[in-house]
Amino acid sequence: MPHETDALTGLLLDEAAELGLAELCHACQVHADFVIRMVEEGLLVPRGRNPAQWRFPAVALHHARLALRLEQDLDVNLAGSALVIDLLEQLRQANQRIAILERQLDW
Amino acid sequence: MEFKDYYKILGLERDASQDEIKRAYRKLARKYHPDVSSEADAEARFKEVNEAYEVLKDPEKRAAYDQLGKNWQAGQDFRPPPDWDAGFEFSGGGFTEADARHFSDFFESLFGTGGPFGRHARYERGRGGGLRGEDHHARILISLEDAYQGASRRIQLQTPVMDAQGRPAVKPRSLDVRIPRGITAGQQIRLAGQGGGGMGGGPAGDLYLEIEFEPHPLYQIEGRDLYLTLPVTPWEAALGARVEVPTLAGRVNLTLPAGSQSGKKLRLKGKGLPGKPPGDQYVVLRIVNPPLDAGRARELYQRLAQEIPFNPRQQLEDYQGAA
Repeated sequence: MPHETDALTGLLLDEAAELGLAELCHACQVHADFVIRMVEEGLLVPRGRNPAQWRFPAVALHHARLALRLEQDLDVNLAGSALVIDLLEQLRQANQRIAILERQLDW
Repeated sequence: MEFKDYYKILGLERDASQDEIKRAYRKLARKYHPDVSSEADAEARFKEVNEAYEVLKDPEKRAAYDQLGKNWQAGQDFRPPPDWDAGFEFSGGGFTEADARHFSDFFESLFGTGGPFGRHARYERGRGGGLRGEDHHARILISLEDAYQGASRRIQLQTPVMDAQGRPAVKPRSLDVRIPRGITAGQQIRLAGQGGGGMGGGPAGDLYLEIEFEPHPLYQIEGRDLYLTLPVTPWEAALGARVEVPTLAGRVNLTLPAGSQSGKKLRLKGKGLPGKPPGDQYVVLRIVNPPLDAGRARELYQRLAQEIPFNPRQQLEDYQGAA
């Protein structure tokens, strides 16, 4: 186990963390146009009135990268990606519930 | 290295049309895409399908692949014949979105750097501009206990680099990272300057680590809440009891109310993962009957049957059906 003081300390992107447009673009390696289209599609919901003021919740990073992969790998457009991301989240929650219930039944 | 039958991977005949290739790829890509698939080997299969499509969708690469001959079998030991690609004209575009780091040695031997298919564009793009390096992303597995109390952990990463021939490759590296207390699955840690190297004096990019929890022998995790199934005896559930329950912070005493049923959920407030607000630990009761050969169990069950008027199936018996 590494010594506590030697370890790198990163920034935790939790519920309180926010990213600016430039940070999000750089992290996803996309142009701002792509992020703007995702906002227009309702796939990302930033705080702030215009792109210069936009602040994205940390989960936007996950959603933006997922939308990018879906577009590149499966040719899914942004409207389709928004739907897929919603459904994947519902699926994740449902699977989590199933795992909890199965554990209760499996003893 | 093993020969790869790209037609077989996509489930196609060798004379498949470009439309058929595209359709087969789309179907398999949807089936095995790691973001949407529940197949156990989805990631490996997706890479294989992607690699096959990368070759067969491109008429130049397909023609070059086809001239290896159709007598090769998938898995057969393979070495590319000398000058196997001589005489082909290539448009030189290399790959598009695909990432050669994810392709097999077989692919690399045919279409890697050095031949006419070599790919350079992505890594030459920023030269001379003093550009910041790329941000990198990785997923790491941590224990629930580490998330609860915070920890420092050494993680192993496969980092994309350029090899001596200017070819994209991956190099293992280890990093000591502090895991913040209360982190949950799906959250990320951003490590400044630990991503790809900058170009022309530009700064390095950042490294984003996405957290995933190792499966836990006791707990199921939902956000910051924890679920624990607690086995109890029928008399503890019926009469009420005080039992010891594990939590991440240590053992606590829990009072079971009299008349509890299997599946009853009790909450230990604030005993989940730390946060604002902290999560809770839910204890779900599961009544476990003693085996019949335990002491006088059979006799006591028979006595219960005789003395307790109880029919748990009353509702089912009242149902008349469609008749």
